Amino acid sequence: MMTDEIGAENPLLRVENVSKTYGSPGENRPVLDGVSLDLRLGETLALTGESGSGKSTLLHLVGALDDFDAGEIRLGATNLSGLTDRDRAALRRTQVAMVFQQFNLIASLTVAENLRVHARLAGREDQSWLIRLTERLGLTDLLARYPEHLSGGQQQRVAIGRALAMRPRLLLADEPTGNLDEHSSAKVMDLMLELVRDAGSALFLVTHSNAIADQLDRRLHLRNGHVA
Amino acid sequence: MTRIAALVLLSHWRRQPVQLVTLILGLALATGLWSAVQAINGQARASYAEAAEQLGTRELATLVSTTGTIPLDRYVRLRRAGWQVSPVLEGRTKLGGRWVTVMGVDVLSHPTMTWLRPETANVTPDAILTPPGRLFAHPATIAELGTVPSEVPIVQAPNVPAGIVMTDIGTAERILQRKNQISRLIILKSQPRDLPALSDVVPDLTRISPRPQDAIARLTDSFHLNLTAFGLLAFAVGLFIVHGTIGLAFQQRRPMFRSLRALGVPLALLSRLLLAELLGLALIAGSVGLVLGYLVAAALLPDVSATLRGLYGAPVSGGLALRPVWFVSGLGMALFGALVAGAQGLRNLFHLPLLVAPGQQDWLGMTLLRMPWMAAGGVMMICAGGLGSWMIGGLLGGFVLLAGLMTGAALLLPPTLTVLLAWAARLGKGAISQWFWADLRSQLPGLSLAFMALLLALSTNIGVGTMVSSFRLTFVGWLDQRLAAELYVTARTDRQGRAVEEWLAAHSQAVLPIRYAEGSVLGQPTRIYGVVDHSTYREFWPLIHATPDVWQRLADGTGALINEQLARRAELWPGDRIELTPELTTDVVGVYSDYGNPRGQVMIGLPTLLSNFDGVAHRQFGVRVPDQQADALADRLRQQFDLPASAVRNQAAIKAGSLAVFEKTFVVTAALNVLTLGVASFAILTSLLTLWTLRLPQVAPIWALGLTRRRLLWLEVLRSTALAAMTVLLAIPLGLLLAWILLAVINVEAFGWRIPLHVFPLEWLKLGALTVLAAVVAAIIPARRLLAAPPSELLKVFTNEN
Repeated sequence: MMTDEIGAENPLLRVENVSKTYGSPGENRPVLDGVSLDLRLGETLALTGESGSGKSTLLHLVGALDDFDAGEIRLGATNLSGLTDRDRAALRRTQVAMVFQQFNLIASLTVAENLRVHARLAGREDQSWLIRLTERLGLTDLLARYPEHLSGGQQQRVAIGRALAMRPRLLLADEPTGNLDEHSSAKVMDLMLELVRDAGSALFLVTHSNAIADQLDRRLHLRNGHVA
Repeated sequence: MTRIAALVLLSHWRRQPVQLVTLILGLALATGLWSAVQAINGQARASYAEAAEQLGTRELATLVSTTGTIPLDRYVRLRRAGWQVSPVLEGRTKLGGRWVTVMGVDVLSHPTMTWLRPETANVTPDAILTPPGRLFAHPATIAELGTVPSEVPIVQAPNVPAGIVMTDIGTAERILQRKNQISRLIILKSQPRDLPALSDVVPDLTRISPRPQDAIARLTDSFHLNLTAFGLLAFAVGLFIVHGTIGLAFQQRRPMFRSLRALGVPLALLSRLLLAELLGLALIAGSVGLVLGYLVAAALLPDVSATLRGLYGAPVSGGLALRPVWFVSGLGMALFGALVAGAQGLRNLFHLPLLVAPGQQDWLGMTLLRMPWMAAGGVMMICAGGLGSWMIGGLLGGFVLLAGLMTGAALLLPPTLTVLLAWAARLGKGAISQWFWADLRSQLPGLSLAFMALLLALSTNIGVGTMVSSFRLTFVGWLDQRLAAELYVTARTDRQGRAVEEWLAAHSQAVLPIRYAEGSVLGQPTRIYGVVDHSTYREFWPLIHATPDVWQRLADGTGALINEQLARRAELWPGDRIELTPELTTDVVGVYSDYGNPRGQVMIGLPTLLSNFDGVAHRQFGVRVPDQQADALADRLRQQFDLPASAVRNQAAIKAGSLAVFEKTFVVTAALNVLTLGVASFAILTSLLTLWTLRLPQVAPIWALGLTRRRLLWLEVLRSTALAAMTVLLAIPLGLLLAWILLAVINVEAFGWRIPLHVFPLEWLKLGALTVLAAVVAAIIPARRLLAAPPSELLKVFTNEN
């Protein structure tokens, strides 16, 4: 399904003229209107914008979680439009990982199990990488706990660990520190950037924070569904 | 990937063991009660079939006489004409103080002699054929007969159906005092060619074709249908638990489903895994249910056997055999139940938005907005039940009516409670009161299923309880009428009977011979009694309909009384004509109630009986004597004729015996009733337990506003109590309606008699108190966690971002 033809000329992610409209027939509300961008392997990109500007929607489209109405999104050689549910699932399982603002950890799995679950689903479990992730994220003493017994910062670190455990080519992060205080937020961001580099992934991050956006290689601003 | 996704799904149960136990236990209870009923029905039907097989009556035609007895010369005539027939003499007699059916067969020609082998192989043919002969009976029958010595040695024969004693026809003639008489002739399979027509050889005998279904099986169908209906009801109540638990498990795992899908698990795989999980749990629960079902069936079978023997004379062995079809149907029902209960969850999975976190209030998809639809559905189900009953008619129509009513009423419960709660909320003045009623109303969707189950169980309890109590009241009154004589005597022989009658004539106020012949009316076996003209009958006999001169017509030989069963089945009422034999057709002059007897019965004047039927036994009598002299007369009678104590019984002993049979008849119904109510109480407990996880976020803000946890606990208890009390109040009219349908429709169709409805408000009060108590206990168990929970647990509601 996918081929690796990614290099300097072939970006990992290419978004071209993508539009997305929400709402019922006759009462459509355009969220994205002809958005284009690209992202190379190993590169980090911040997407900023006001609430409701379409940042999260774009992230979900890139993560093959939602459909778009027009345009084209390519991840490597794969064109996301027209993929079946099975193909989209395979893409999410093996190519893309997401860190959500609400963490979305699986409540019935321990921290250790949560950390491994995506890598195991992808069939790409690397024990030494996992140990390194656990240590770097400071989760070694928390492995046997369940998410409900963790603080917000701890949960977010588990979510980042889970996403990076399978070494995704593209890590998507939606306000990953939105629920954390400034100090915790900075620590989590530093860690995430370090680990993204170690994993060799690209990072596409949505944030309100200019400080966070400044830490990344590039930044784009979204306003009323357009890249400003 | 499949294995990992499956392990993640299953991890939910590791964190929710109570929910898992509830689900398995709920489904196991539902399957268990259903399987118990099926095991009982299966065992009974197998016993009927076995009995029919062993008695050689299943696939062979028979010849019978309308007079009830075939003279020996007809048999001789048939044999001389070349017909291969085998004679059977059947009758009831007392052995060891107990009544048994003695079946005498020609051991050399009877088609089925399995009862003689192999356990009885050591008995020589000589011993069987020559006096005193041998009796063959099932070990259970022998145990019932006790150790009273019999003139004829009894041999254990496990292949003989319970309650029947097999013997050679010669021995049977002696025991039954019916020399040279034959009850029926079995036409054997292999016959020579070119035989003369039966109508030429024996024109007075009737050929009865092999019956596709055994007579006993047909007779007891209504009883088994009743049990099956109860089993289905219990299954439905159990399903309410399962539906609620599975619904909650799906709801609680929605974030997990979303996460798994975001992590790349395809929807199709997720659906297949959930289906497999559901079926796996159903198999486990089904297996537990089968064990439960077996235990319940084994506990109830002796009473069912006694009921079937007492009510229908149907032989059912006390042992419970395991049949493959029972396993398959039990597991099949568990799988079916799980799929029904999980269908909505699976359907919701397909519509689960991947990106939006749904609210928890609609966890069963049964929001307050759906209440009008539920109300409309309820009304439609009731109407459909009524229409179906009218179109189908009969017993099945009665059950369709019941099913429609019960389902409709269950659907109407949540909308009705919503209206009642809205009305109560308007009465509430304080802030707490307003919150309480509003909160209760918002909780209703989550608790609806449990209270629907409770409504079904309660109304069934009231309905069946009212039916049984009405029946008991009527039955006791009826026994007083029917057993008007002070003493009942059974002589050993007809000769002794005549002597007893003569002696009693000089020592009592009146002797009322109890004499009857076995006949047939409209193709159905019917017992025809002959009675003397006496004031006892005029004063006491329980007539339902009668012409003004009923007793005179009976005495004149110009009329017959029939029992209610025969009247309803054959649509015969006073003024109609009834044919008892080709030579005897008479007017129906009255109908009498005859509870506990499934067969048709006719009463004519004694002279008419004796002139139209041969071989009428003359051994039983009712004796009228002043009450205070009855015991003394009984003793003198026993001494005079050397009769065993059991041969002379007073009215009270017979009434006690009849009541005991009556109570046994409903012991199974009562047991299933209690079990169903238990399952419903369990449904409430499990609903409250499983809802508790969703409850904390709703209670915590009120706690934060200044209500103590103890006060909140009591409000939780009050919440459960209020719903239970409202359900009880609604269950009473529904239960009474159910009782009316049972008495006026189901019983009439199933048993052929109708009894008046009596109400027992004290019983409702007791049941209501028990239900409220169960609801209080069910609420206290989860609510105690509120008291035990540390403040940090409650604070999490405000701080936990997840």
